[in-house]
Amino acid sequence: MTFLGTAALVARKDLLVESRSREVVYTSLLFAISCMLVFAFGLVKEGRVVTDAAAAILWITIAFAGTLALGRIFDRERQNETLRALLLAPASRAAIYVGKLVGVLALLLLVEAIVVPLVMLMFDAALLAHPGFMLSILIAGSVGYAAVGTLFAAMLAQSRSRGALLPVLLYPMTVPVIIGGVRGTAALLQPEADLVIARAWLTMLVAFDAVFITLCLWTFEPAMTE
Amino acid sequence: MDFTSVTFTGISRNFGRRRALASVSFAVEAGQLAALLGANGSGKSTLLSIAATLLAPTSGDVRYGTHTAQTGGATLRQRIGLLGHDLYLYSELTAEENLRFFAGLYGLDHVDRRVANALRAAALDDRAHDPVSSFSRGMRQRLALERALLHEPRLLLLDEPFTGLDDPSSVALRGRLTRVREAGTIVIVTTHELEAIDTIVDAAYVLSRGRCEPLAGGTGSLRDRYRRQVQA
Repeated sequence: MTFLGTAALVARKDLLVESRSREVVYTSLLFAISCMLVFAFGLVKEGRVVTDAAAAILWITIAFAGTLALGRIFDRERQNETLRALLLAPASRAAIYVGKLVGVLALLLLVEAIVVPLVMLMFDAALLAHPGFMLSILIAGSVGYAAVGTLFAAMLAQSRSRGALLPVLLYPMTVPVIIGGVRGTAALLQPEADLVIARAWLTMLVAFDAVFITLCLWTFEPAMTE
Repeated sequence: MDFTSVTFTGISRNFGRRRALASVSFAVEAGQLAALLGANGSGKSTLLSIAATLLAPTSGDVRYGTHTAQTGGATLRQRIGLLGHDLYLYSELTAEENLRFFAGLYGLDHVDRRVANALRAAALDDRAHDPVSSFSRGMRQRLALERALLHEPRLLLLDEPFTGLDDPSSVALRGRLTRVREAGTIVIVTTHELEAIDTIVDAAYVLSRGRCEPLAGGTGSLRDRYRRQVQA
């Protein structure tokens, strides 16, 4: 089977499993909404939102909900040791990584499709004033976050303390992505959107994605061989 | 790529300061069923993981004919089937979806025919579209075995395959293993259910504190011989 065929097969399987259980989407969404409500109570005073709060809240919510989703997706592979079955298959392990990444990314984007309108509503943020830019920043940020997260979640799948270790390893590594997402989004939320700055952060996010994906593809196979 | 024997030479494996396997050596030929016996924690599953290329030994090597895990790579993995204690099935997917997924992952041809044959061999034709989560342990075990055999592996590794099976399921599994062995597959099985394999085992090895010794011959059942050796 080709590299892309294997990746598509793994991603399709993950989405089929999720479509049956809906566990990851429901828990991540519930967590994201709770997270935003807490921020709304803390950062909206007399109907006014702290400057740039919406951008930070959006990306913090994405990061937290993403961690929850990553942990659960790989817990599922661990429960019946199916991760071992994937690794035993003669398919390219890099293709398996890409398949898992696509599955995680699809679920993350689905959560974002609900979270973005909620942030717009709760924090009076015109996130879709420049929909092309906003969509690009969201996708580029999510790809970088999911790329590193998929690698770490897979590496930690067999670890007893994976729940504690995943955020400890993931957040410091993805700080550049989160900063890029926040600053790029904040640039779009200015009274007059600063498209030059937004474009600069978007370019940086794409560069991070390229570096992270290359490193993850390179390290996935040795990292998964015990 | 094919091979007709698997040879373990001086296999040791440490987990930190704990030694799980200490210089294990033995060989199994095509058409043989070898049993790995021993108490819990004696290193049986670790040895199976090494044979499956999922775990690298600290020292020593496993030869699949003339190949090793390093030289064989993905082509070697195509010839290995593993049934773990956890069955390696997606409980949210149906029996057929599980088989089709793994058929795709192994890049198999004639997927429809293979899947139909596997469902028939697992006696699950009529439950093909039911999710695995609705199956009994015996049904899952039969499906998992057919999943491991879907790509017709030369080396079949089974970790406690008889655990939790009722008598009819156990008899059916024994029959299936006999046919697989007769077809020229190298079968290595770990089990505590010695009665279940007594009549089909060609060679048995006892693992104790990471060390491996052939089970001594003599009179009596497999369990009698095992007990005599362990108590000696």
